[in-house]
Amino acid sequence: MNEVHHPQSEAEACDLIRQAAEAGTALSLIGGNTRAGLGNRVAADAVLCSTGLAGIVDYEPGEMVMTARAGTPLGAIEAALSANNQMLAFEPVDHRGIMGTQGEPTIGGVFLSNASGPRRLSAGAARDSLLGIRFVNGRGAAIRAGGRVMKNVTGLDLVKLLAGSHGTLGFVTEVTFRVLPRPESEATIVLRGLDDATATKAMAAAMAQPADVSAAAHVPQAVARTLPEASGQAGAVTALRLEGLSASVTVRAASLAARLSDFAPVDTLDAAASAGLWRAIRDVTPLQAHQERPLWRVSVAPATGHRLIADLRHHAEIDALCDWQGGLVWLEMGGAPQADLLRRTVAALGGGHATLMRASEDARAGLSAFEPQPAPIAALSARIKAKLDPAGIFSPGRMAPVLRSGVGTTGRTG
Amino acid sequence: MSQTIAFLPPRADVLSQRARIIADLATLLPEGGLVHEARELVPFETDAYVAYRQLPLAVALPRTTQEVSAVLEYCNRHGIPVVPRGAGTSLCGGAIPQPDAVVLGLSRMSAILEVDLENRVARVQAGVTNLSISETVGPEGFFYAPDPSSQLACTIGGNIGMNSGGAHCLKYGVTTNNLLGVTLVLMDGTVITLGGSHLDAAGYDLLGLVCGSEGQLGVVTEATVRILAKAEGARPVLFGFATSREAGACVADVIAAGIIPVAIEFMDKQAIEICEAFAKAGYPLHVGALLIVEVEGSEAEMEAMLAAIVAIARRHGVMTVRESQSATEAALIWKGRKAAFGATGRIADYICMDGTVPLGKLSHVLQRTEEICTGLGLRVANVFHAGDGNMHPLILFNANDPAEAAKAETAGNEILKVCVEAGGCLTGEHGVGIEKRDLMRFQFSDADLAQQMAVRYAFDADWLLNPSKVFPLDGRPAA
Ligand SMILES: Cc1cc2nc3c(=O)[nH]c(=O)nc-3n(C[C@H](O)[C@H](O)[C@H](O)COP(=O)(O)OP(=O)(O)OC[C@H]3O[C@@H](n4cnc5c(N)ncnc54)[C@H](O)[C@@H]3O)c2cc1C
Ligand SMILES: Cc1cc2nc3c(=O)[nH]c(=O)nc-3n(C[C@H](O)[C@H](O)[C@H](O)COP(=O)(O)OP(=O)(O)OC[C@H]3O[C@@H](n4cnc5c(N)ncnc54)[C@H](O)[C@@H]3O)c2cc1C
Repeated sequence: MNEVHHPQSEAEACDLIRQAAEAGTALSLIGGNTRAGLGNRVAADAVLCSTGLAGIVDYEPGEMVMTARAGTPLGAIEAALSANNQMLAFEPVDHRGIMGTQGEPTIGGVFLSNASGPRRLSAGAARDSLLGIRFVNGRGAAIRAGGRVMKNVTGLDLVKLLAGSHGTLGFVTEVTFRVLPRPESEATIVLRGLDDATATKAMAAAMAQPADVSAAAHVPQAVARTLPEASGQAGAVTALRLEGLSASVTVRAASLAARLSDFAPVDTLDAAASAGLWRAIRDVTPLQAHQERPLWRVSVAPATGHRLIADLRHHAEIDALCDWQGGLVWLEMGGAPQADLLRRTVAALGGGHATLMRASEDARAGLSAFEPQPAPIAALSARIKAKLDPAGIFSPGRMAPVLRSGVGTTGRTG
Repeated sequence: MSQTIAFLPPRADVLSQRARIIADLATLLPEGGLVHEARELVPFETDAYVAYRQLPLAVALPRTTQEVSAVLEYCNRHGIPVVPRGAGTSLCGGAIPQPDAVVLGLSRMSAILEVDLENRVARVQAGVTNLSISETVGPEGFFYAPDPSSQLACTIGGNIGMNSGGAHCLKYGVTTNNLLGVTLVLMDGTVITLGGSHLDAAGYDLLGLVCGSEGQLGVVTEATVRILAKAEGARPVLFGFATSREAGACVADVIAAGIIPVAIEFMDKQAIEICEAFAKAGYPLHVGALLIVEVEGSEAEMEAMLAAIVAIARRHGVMTVRESQSATEAALIWKGRKAAFGATGRIADYICMDGTVPLGKLSHVLQRTEEICTGLGLRVANVFHAGDGNMHPLILFNANDPAEAAKAETAGNEILKVCVEAGGCLTGEHGVGIEKRDLMRFQFSDADLAQQMAVRYAFDADWLLNPSKVFPLDGRPAA
């Protein structure tokens, strides 16, 4: 069992990292570790965990900004926001269901994996909400990047670089992020029984309307029966969510329903049913039952998602669910992960990226959990990594491409 | 103005090879693609930060990504600095050349390559103007959200360089939030594609890093941007207050109440008078401060939002509330606001600050700004994006009076210090360029700056891209 460090202060983290760099000790950086088993296997000698750095540092509801230590449980953040009728704009997924993991996700882990849910389509990703960070680089120096104001172009945006870096560029100790007022009301327009291609057309038509749709998803018939009762049961569900002032939601729902009635009979879900449906879509509950089956998260152009599913069906047994107007495809494979087939198909359809979210140990060995990068970008990424973590001690291998043998090709470069 | 901001000393070896460099570059570019006669170089000697100007060695005007790559590869091989340039509307000197540099102008790469309504994206060349994207997709009911006041002229490449914002960013975000992909040419000529029509990056968020990097990491030749469906309707409303303090407090309360209009623009008395005299927008002249609040959506939504905002404004003693009654009137209200810099330029020379502060500190910073300027005997007009705390004090001065010009620079620096002390930053949307370069240590520690510079080295090991900008000239680490 590797040694686990829980620094209680940023200064302590700096010391630990400086010593590790001198000794060449590789560290696996974690928060709540609820995503353990994701990414490539990390070849680390010890674990550096953020949960000792917990607590909300500053919260100005009037300015819609919060600063929290990286190890603060997501639940504590959401409770504080909720008490002020505010929320995280990007709607983070509770992925414990699909991955069969337990524990408490941390706010740092959410930003370090740039984890965003259905509202990403209209309100941006986690990285778009992140205004500033403090982190410790691989030399053990504490660095501040960004700030606490929404508009800031002072210097290079290291905040974006660190967001989504999965613990390979720096140990983040504190995050400052923008929050949004919770909408007064919500409603969801549901179209039933559409095939994937028609659903894509319907979602594009909805997004072309001045209706301010905040989320758009399609759950095909094969998996729709696991949705909450009010929304599921009778075939495929194509859902379009509207949020805002009650008066406005009602008006927009009526006009959107009228616009879309050519596609299929239209239902409108009230606020409670709408919230239940979107929680299920956010957490991908329709694909939770078969924990042994590999699950991919694929981002492609919205109009491409359904074609990806159709093309893959010729070669593999799959179940799928599309969020983000069709562009975010959660793909469950019946057998092997089929990484090469999937990535080839994505590329042929115009590009995107596929991340393996769930698979057995055996199936994961020898394939890259993250989309392999073209050579010049991989080389540039390795140069950047070397500038932040010169000794290569942060989560080596996590994001690196993997050879068939299961060994990181670039050693300690990422 | 006093030439107090230094550039890197020109590389003697480059200057001595000028003729050969020009001859070589000419072979890499199409007919007429290389400008080198002194007379023809004049239009490139500065940008909108006109206090500083110097001629470049030459100007390359490529038409394709391959030509950009060839020019960069050549310059990299011979150690020649390169300054990327869009329309040259930078307010911080970001596009000002230096005598040993080749300006790489993107003006001939101005095609809209593809409009994809199903995926709500447009793919454009970097030299396309900001406004032309919205004009192209407008008839289909779409628009490109970031709308800098310079949108008629500025290019998408420059917008990416500066991560530009605009009046409507409160709701829609700035460039980085609306950019899905770029084609980027690195200094060694390598062409890479980041992102595309899909969301979010595979691997590190290099797109996020490049956006706002002020032409220091690579040259953008193409961009894929998000286009959005236009709202059903939009309505700007004028709110007049007795003083700036009340207007500032009203802004903070509107946001605190959870109301996010598309735009909240602020003008103080000086700015109202200047803009009204120029644009005849119908601004009330008896008030001390004015807010332009724009709401959008369906009639019901606009009504509901406006009612809530008016109630808050009343609590702050609003003197006049005027809704635009027609599209013409609405356009006029915006015309006055968007002409603010131009109108100010007609009555005096000015420098425009761009610090951002937390909303709760708006009134305090406005007051300190006023004190700093009057203390130095200078006039100041404030016109800015209040909803996100992005302040634009315009410090008026006479450029023919070196003493006054120096005072204006001093005032600007003092104001930015106040912004940083208030928990804000030096620049919200105009960038650092040369203007704020030597102030970077107000905001960042040496370790913070060293880390940013180290990352910069990963892109451009010999520090050839726009090398005099952003980072203080002293204390740059070796590669
Ligand atoms: C590829 C991928 C995509 C994902 N996509 C989504 C998504 O779209 N939506 C969603 O809601 N969830 C997504 N998740 C799940 C997301 O990771 C979790 O919501 C979140 O990470 C849980 O927090 P945690 O504290 O348990 O993180 P952990 O499991 O501990 O860590 C998450 C990642 O962040 C790093 N990390 C954590 N804390 C720090 C720190 N302080 N400093 C440096 N690095 C740190 C870790 O190295 C690890 O790579 C995704 C996960 C992965 C791997
Ligand atoms: C009257 C006026 C009003 C303005 N209003 C606003 C406003 O409301 N909001 C706002 O944010 N800004 C505003 N600006 C500032 C300016 O217009 C923006 O910074 C704009 O984005 C610059 O675009 P440009 O094409 O003129 O770029 P330039 O000035 O030519 O260049 C800007 C920077 O980007 C780099 N660059 C340019 N093209 C590329 C490329 N293709 N690849 C890599 N780097 C490149 C340059 O090297 C330079 O550092 C205003 C300016 C003026 C004069």
